[in-house]
Amino acid sequence: MFAYVVRRIAAAIPTLAVIVTIAFFMMRVAPGGPFDLDRALTPEIEARIKAAYRLDQPLHRQYLAYVGDVLSGDFGPSFKSRDFTVAELMKAGFPASLRIGAAAIVLAILVGMGLGTLAALRQNTPADYATMGLAMTGITIPNFVMAPLLTLVFGVYLSLLPVAGWNDGAIRNLVLPVIVLALPQIAYIARLTRGSMVEVLGANYIRTARAKGMPERIVVVRHALKAAALPVVSYLGPATAGILTGSVVVETIFDLPGMGRYFVQGALNRDYTLVMATVIVYAALIIVLNLIVDLLYGVLDPKVRYA
Amino acid sequence: MTVLAAGPSERAVAGRSLWRDARARLLRNRAAVGSLVVLGAIALLALLAPYLSIHPYDKVYFDRIQVPPEFAAGHWFGTDGSGRDLFVRTLYGARVSLMVGLLATAVALAIGVVYGAVAGFVGGRVDELMMRAVDVMYSLPFMFFVIILMVMFGRNIYLIFVALGAVEWLTMARIVRGQTLSVRRKEYIEAARASGVPAPTIIRRHVIPNVLGPVIVYVTLTVPHVIIVESFISFLGLGVQEPLTSWGVLVSEGARVMEEAPWMLLFPAGFLAATLFSLNFVGDGLRDALDPKQRP
Repeated sequence: MFAYVVRRIAAAIPTLAVIVTIAFFMMRVAPGGPFDLDRALTPEIEARIKAAYRLDQPLHRQYLAYVGDVLSGDFGPSFKSRDFTVAELMKAGFPASLRIGAAAIVLAILVGMGLGTLAALRQNTPADYATMGLAMTGITIPNFVMAPLLTLVFGVYLSLLPVAGWNDGAIRNLVLPVIVLALPQIAYIARLTRGSMVEVLGANYIRTARAKGMPERIVVVRHALKAAALPVVSYLGPATAGILTGSVVVETIFDLPGMGRYFVQGALNRDYTLVMATVIVYAALIIVLNLIVDLLYGVLDPKVRYA
Repeated sequence: MTVLAAGPSERAVAGRSLWRDARARLLRNRAAVGSLVVLGAIALLALLAPYLSIHPYDKVYFDRIQVPPEFAAGHWFGTDGSGRDLFVRTLYGARVSLMVGLLATAVALAIGVVYGAVAGFVGGRVDELMMRAVDVMYSLPFMFFVIILMVMFGRNIYLIFVALGAVEWLTMARIVRGQTLSVRRKEYIEAARASGVPAPTIIRRHVIPNVLGPVIVYVTLTVPHVIIVESFISFLGLGVQEPLTSWGVLVSEGARVMEEAPWMLLFPAGFLAATLFSLNFVGDGLRDALDPKQRP
């Protein structure tokens, strides 16, 4: 298995290189630049700014220089947030996103798999429809509606929780953002779990387990859930990367210092270095999480072997 | 050419096909049928939008700004913050939202099916390379793509959604490839090959029709996804331009005033939710209907 992990990580290096290249050139091909202002700069100042950020060099030179910097661990200065390096911005934003995102993922797995299993055990009964209908509201109500709605109810009318703010990551401030982030994931996970659970519950080994008198709880939790979790696990790989890197909607509405905003602001402001860093972090997370997914498959499914 | 000529006679002996069985099973599924009715009704409302209200969608009534539903004046859903009739705007929003959903999905479908079928059918090195490219694109953050495309195409909503379809095809390609791998060793493919049918024709006439089941299911799930993405883009203020509107624009405007003007959120959000619910139910129904294991 160790050799397998090493091989996968080695294979990830060319993938990352391609991603960096695509993102770099896509960003530069897009019209507009980071220093386009309404007010025209004098030519000397513009030339000096461009020289400082290497924008005066030919594109391939800029690319090579950027790749060299990244390889030596330097993500460069932010083009828009003067006085900040990209590394500093990431250090400020990523931990908050990570914390909210991880809590949302855990909540989504617990609730989503629970609801999906309950629905599958009562397939095609009113309980099944009610559970899945409830789960589906998580997909059908956009998060920019859910967030102010929950704020209004729990923050304003009931005054139970703070309306917004980070407050150094106090639990009370995290409850609503975590729920808003988790709701659509709960819906997807519940649907996936129900689908695969229905299939697994019809399998022969489940009938055998029941026939030998095993308590239903153990049949479901120990035998069925393990197999039924496979599609959920493969869904969670990319989904987790998306959630851990933050959501611009949730961060804006709840005023949180995460990195989700960077994707949008960076791309809109042509903050080249910031965008490149978010792309690299996202891609690296995807690669690592997909590796974890494949390793988990080996744990959950005895048929999987790593050659 | 000879293969094409064989078409009609093949259809003549169709008999009890998988598709006919599937349709019968789908029609027995009450949730799916109900959802189809809802979707049909919403589509009809959207089509007939200009004839259903006395108010034009972009007319501003300065004396009736943000008024609650008022039947006497014909404002069944009230008016918005600029004094425009919300009922007719919700229906015009339906036009844009459904259109972008279908457009992006059609693009994703066209690219994904061809790409996946070719990769799966040709196999070997080509397959490996093609799927590796898909993996790479999967690792690029979606938001980055969307915003760059937005910048490149300006604010033309239809071009943006064609481009969005060009991002959404990745999952479609994976599904089609997986399905193609499972049919490419089937006897009817061997037979076609043995009788000298060229590979592009085999893909078009034999592979694609036989992998369509899961693809149709995925289509019913892609349309709601695109509609949600559209609403997200509208929330960021990058969606369709005034006075044109979409459910995303209306819902995000409504979310801002949900306390003082709840009707501005409730009506468009209700339409949006009903559409997404229905599409999901139809998708579930189709999946059950097309599952050969459920065949009686």
